[in-house]
Amino acid sequence: MTNTSPVTKADTSKLEAESRNATKAQLTEFWHYFSQNKGAVIGLVIFALLVLTAVFAPLLAPHNPDFQYRDSFLVPPFWEEGGKATFILGTDAVGRDILSRLIFGARLSLLVGVMVVTIALTGGIIIGVVAGYMRGAVDTFIMRIMDIILAFPSLLLALVLVAILGPGLINAMIAIAIVLQPHFVRLTRAAVLAERSRDYVVAAKVAGASHMRLMFKTILPNCLAPLIVQATLSFSNAILDAAALGFLGMGAQPPTPEWGTMLAEAREFILRAWWVVTFPGLAILITVLAINLVGDGLRDALDPKLKRS
Amino acid sequence: MLRFLLGRLGLLIPTFIGVTLVSFAFIRLLPGDPAELLAGERGISPERRAEVLSQLGFDKPYWQQYLDYIFGIFQGDLGISFVSKKPVLDEFMTLFPATAELAICAIIIAVCVGIPAGIFAAVKRGSVADQAIMGTALVGYSMPIFWWGLLLIIFFSGILGWTPVSGRISLMFFFPQVTGFMLIDSLLSGEKGAFLSAVRHLILPSIVLATIPLAVIARQTRSAMLEVLGEDYVRTARAKGLPPRAVIGLHALRNALIPVVTTIGLQVGVLLAGAILTETIFSWPGIGKWLVDSISRRDYLVVQGGLLLIAGIIMLVNLIVDVLYGLINPRIRHH
Repeated sequence: MTNTSPVTKADTSKLEAESRNATKAQLTEFWHYFSQNKGAVIGLVIFALLVLTAVFAPLLAPHNPDFQYRDSFLVPPFWEEGGKATFILGTDAVGRDILSRLIFGARLSLLVGVMVVTIALTGGIIIGVVAGYMRGAVDTFIMRIMDIILAFPSLLLALVLVAILGPGLINAMIAIAIVLQPHFVRLTRAAVLAERSRDYVVAAKVAGASHMRLMFKTILPNCLAPLIVQATLSFSNAILDAAALGFLGMGAQPPTPEWGTMLAEAREFILRAWWVVTFPGLAILITVLAINLVGDGLRDALDPKLKRS
Repeated sequence: MLRFLLGRLGLLIPTFIGVTLVSFAFIRLLPGDPAELLAGERGISPERRAEVLSQLGFDKPYWQQYLDYIFGIFQGDLGISFVSKKPVLDEFMTLFPATAELAICAIIIAVCVGIPAGIFAAVKRGSVADQAIMGTALVGYSMPIFWWGLLLIIFFSGILGWTPVSGRISLMFFFPQVTGFMLIDSLLSGEKGAFLSAVRHLILPSIVLATIPLAVIARQTRSAMLEVLGEDYVRTARAKGLPPRAVIGLHALRNALIPVVTTIGLQVGVLLAGAILTETIFSWPGIGKWLVDSISRRDYLVVQGGLLLIAGIIMLVNLIVDVLYGLINPRIRHH
C-alpha cells in the first residue's frame, strides 16, 4: 500500500517518523498512568526480580535442587533451633535444599505462564477475529464451542485433559491453555464486533484491503488493550492451575522442583515440619500476587473510562 | 417473561449437546485399550475383552454408542463404577449433598463478608480502610487455596487444636442420613454435641472455599458501588438532604447489586473447581474428592458421569441467575 501512490520517499519517511512519535507519546502516557498505581509498580519490580531469579537460577541456588543430603532430613530453617546455616530455608523429607528448589521452581512457573499465555492468546486471537469478522454460521459455531468449554469448571476440565494426554508439565500447560482460551476468543470477538463498522475500517475496505489485512492489520491493533489485561490475568491463573495440577499429582512429576508438586510431597509432614509446606506456597502466592498487581495497574492505565474518574 | 425463559433454555440445548459429546468423547480418547481401562483389568483374555466391550456397547458403531449414551442419560443411567460396582448416578447423589453443604456455606460467608466489605471500601474510597480491604482482597484472589487450607490446618488444628483435620463429623456420632446435609441431620438426630462437631468440621473447609469468591465479590461490589455513587440520582438524593445511610442503602446499593448478582452466579464454577482442591485437602467426602480419586483410580465411567453432571449443574445455576437477573433488572428482559 505504501509505495503504490506517487508519494515521494520523503513523505513516507515523514509519516513514519510521525507514527513513531505517536507511539512514543502513547507509551509515555501509558507509563504516566501505570506508575501512579504504587501497587502495580511494586508488582512489576517483584516480577522483574522473579524473572532474574529464574534466568540466573544455577548461579543463585546454593545447592543442586535434586541433591539429597542423607545426613540432613527435614532440617528446619536456619533461624529455628536445629537449623543449619547452609540450608537457609531448611530441607525436605529426603534432604534436598528447599531454597534451591524454590529458585529452580521459579523457572518452571514462569515458563508455564509464558507458554500458556502464548498458546491461549495466539489461538484465542485468531479464532476470535475470525468469529467476529465473519459473523454468521462460523461465528455461531465457534462461540457454541467456547460455551461448551466454559460450561466445565476449568480445573476439572484441565484434570480430564491431562488424564487423556498423560500427566506431566507440558501436557498440563496444553490443558490449561485450552481451558483459558475461550476468554481470549470472547474478548477478541467482542472487540472486533465493536470495531468492524467504524469509519476507518470501512475506509480501508473501500481502499481495497484484503480480508486478512482488515482482520489482522486494521482491526486487531485497536482491540489489544483488553487482551493485554486478560493475558496478565491468565498468566497468574496458569501458574495457579499448574500448581494445583501438580498438587493433585497430575502436573509436573516428582522430583521436578515445581512448587505445586513440592507442596504435594510435603503434605504428610504438615504437622511436623511447617517449613516444607509454607515456603513453596508462599512462592506461588507472591508470584501470583505480583502479576495480579501488574494486571490491575495495566487495566487502570489502559481503560480510558477509569482514567478520567 | 415466559418468552425470555424459553429463549434462554433454547440457548442451552446446543451447549448441553456439546457437553454430552465432550463427556462421550472423553472415554474414547483415553490412551490404551478401552476394555482394559473400563474393566480395570490388565492383560485380559480376548474372550473376556469381547465380553467387556459388548457389555459396555463398545462393539457398536460410534453413532449408535452415542445414541445409547443419550438414551441412558434421559433414563438416569450413567454407567456403573467398576470400583464400587454401584451406579454412577447413585454415588453422585449420595456425595453431592456434602459438596452442596460446603459450597452453600462458602457462598454465604463470601456474600456476607464480601458485600459489606466492598460497600465500605467504596464509601471510604482512598482511605486506609479501603486500601487495606482491597489489598486483602487481592491477596485472597491470588491465593493458592490448596496451600491456604494446609496453613489453616497447621495453625488451627496443629498449633491451637481447635478444629479437626478432616472429615465431616466425629466418628463418635452415628445417625441416619435424612437430608445428606450434616448440619441439619446432626440437629435432627438429637445427639448431644453432634451439631457442634459438624460445625467444627465444616468451618475450615468453608473458609478455604470461600476465599476466592469472597475476594471477587468484594472487588466487584466496590467497583459497582463507585460507579453508582457517581450517578445523578445519587447526587439528587444527597442534595434533597437524605441521610448518607439512606442514600447508600436505598438508592445506591439496589442498583449496584445488579452486576454483583451475576458475579455471584458465576462463582458456582469457581466453587466446584475449588471443591476439588478443598475436599482433597480436608478429606471431605464430596464429589470433588470423588472425581479426583476416580481419575487416579482410572474409574473412567465415574469421571464421564461426573463431568456431565457438574456441567449440567453449572448450566442450570447460570440459567437461574440469568432469570433472576431478568427479574431484578427489567431492562434486560425487554431487549
